[in-house]
Amino acid sequence: MSRPEHGTLERPAIRHTSLWHQSVTIFRRNLIHIKRMPEMLLDVTIQPVMFVLLFAFVFGGAISVGAPAGYREWLLGGIMGQTIAFAAFIVAVGLTADIDKGIVDRFRSLPINPAAILVGRSMSSITHSFIGIVVMSLTGLVVGWRIRGSVLEALAAYGLLLLWGFAMIWVGILVGSAMRSVEAVNGVMFTTIFPLTFLSNAFAPSERMGTVLRAIAEWNPISALVQAVRELWGNTGPASPDAHLPMHHPVLFTILWTVGITAVVAPLALRTFRNRTMQ
Amino acid sequence: MGHDHAIEAEGLVKEFGETLAVDDVSFAVPRGTVLGLLGPNGAGKTTTVRMMTTLTRPTRGTARVAGHDVLTDPAAVRRSMGLTGQSATVDELLTGRENLWLIGSLYGLDKRTIDRVGTELLERFSLAGAADRVVKTYSGGMRRRLDLAVSLVATPPVLFLDEPTTGLDPRSRVELWDVLRDLVEDGTTLLLTTQYLEEADQLADDIVVIDRGTVIAQGTPLELKDASGKAALVVTVSRADDLAAAVERVRGAGLEAHVEEAARRITAPADGLSDVTRIASVFDGSGIEIDDLGLQRPSLDDVFLNLTGHRAEEVEDATGGAANEGEEVRA
Repeated sequence: MSRPEHGTLERPAIRHTSLWHQSVTIFRRNLIHIKRMPEMLLDVTIQPVMFVLLFAFVFGGAISVGAPAGYREWLLGGIMGQTIAFAAFIVAVGLTADIDKGIVDRFRSLPINPAAILVGRSMSSITHSFIGIVVMSLTGLVVGWRIRGSVLEALAAYGLLLLWGFAMIWVGILVGSAMRSVEAVNGVMFTTIFPLTFLSNAFAPSERMGTVLRAIAEWNPISALVQAVRELWGNTGPASPDAHLPMHHPVLFTILWTVGITAVVAPLALRTFRNRTMQ
Repeated sequence: MGHDHAIEAEGLVKEFGETLAVDDVSFAVPRGTVLGLLGPNGAGKTTTVRMMTTLTRPTRGTARVAGHDVLTDPAAVRRSMGLTGQSATVDELLTGRENLWLIGSLYGLDKRTIDRVGTELLERFSLAGAADRVVKTYSGGMRRRLDLAVSLVATPPVLFLDEPTTGLDPRSRVELWDVLRDLVEDGTTLLLTTQYLEEADQLADDIVVIDRGTVIAQGTPLELKDASGKAALVVTVSRADDLAAAVERVRGAGLEAHVEEAARRITAPADGLSDVTRIASVFDGSGIEIDDLGLQRPSLDDVFLNLTGHRAEEVEDATGGAANEGEEVRA
């Protein structure tokens, strides 16, 4: 290359860019990661498919539910809920890896809005999770799951899953900023998200749980989401009269929970991210 | 301090809880020159660079980069500088070209410029052949070169390099030095941290020696060597028989002579080049044949030992604690 004259630097024009442009650039970079390492998608593809097969064919016979097509159809909403809950995990793993490898420092040394790091990460994680939702929908169709409600209700159910994903992003940013390694993130997420999804109505109906366990399960935010998508897809009847309040208004409670989680966790997550990266 | 300084640090202090990582560090780097920030692991070099590159906020004090204050105008600082971190922070899953695209796009360069500058940089850093390979397959030296190339996408007038050659084999290190010299020739101001005394000696116009968070010496490599005790005059005679006569003459000139018989060498503490010419004239016409006559200045190793009481590398080896300390400071 021909270098400029001694002592003079020819600088290319640096344009001011928007947060959107910066976020999309980081989003595209994260998508290249998925393209180069498709095994990253195992957590939202093979793993939930395994769950469907395991529960539908191994435990399914022992669990009776009120769905028109039986347990398999009923199960799908639960698996969807679990898949989108794992959005937190996906955000956290990606963010911790970027902080740990110094990529976040490199981004922060550039003239960009540091929020782009989080927005770009969130965009790719939601995409990642929604690939899982699509795969689960197709798997569901194969094993006998059907949407029995209207198109609008069906879309509303997907909308709630997306909304839930947005709330989970903040949890992911919090955990990802607080943990020092991807291994630590794995540990924290597996010991929280798995028990949380099992202590809900995702895999087994809450009606037959003990009094205390049932209260926990029905007030579990994931249960409201799962009940909401099941009702909107026509995969379950209305909650039994003695069910706790969230089961009677699952859509409302899903929205309340997502707003609540966001309101509490988002400021905490942003502060943790700032403290971690400003050190 | 004026406009001719590309980097200025003014009383930088950084505390992490109880730990004082950096304690009142000040220096200035004239435009177009190289400053070597020299010190052992955990001395506070990385923290100092992080404060000057807006990555962390100073507890007290401030810094200016290309005239912009890191506290009041961090955005302008970021537009004016490039940073190559301690570990090569390139994206392993992207190709070399994609790495350049990523950073170029974030700088706000248009696609055509990124393509043009990217291709130029890949050629300049001998990476053209590997441009479309995923970085994971690169060698350590290639990663470092790409890291540097990425920092140069927007041609920043000020470049910070945090231990740019740590972990590189000697050949890659020398290659990187050449690249850095070219950058300076083009007018870039460089601040580089290093644990290698030789590196500072090779590249830096000025050196700031930092130990346990404080500046313990600063000056040109020559000044630092001068400050660290006397230089030594070394005379080697051709024939062992002449040694005694030669010693007599050196002592006669008022110097204290130490003799190494096996090496036929006489060493004498000297003030400078004037002593060399004086001694040379003493041997003129004496019939004593001289193999070698010269002035040996203390190495930066000696300088560091003299300033801190320990060798730069020893700190690292002596305790795992030193490395851990560095970790803690970063964490």
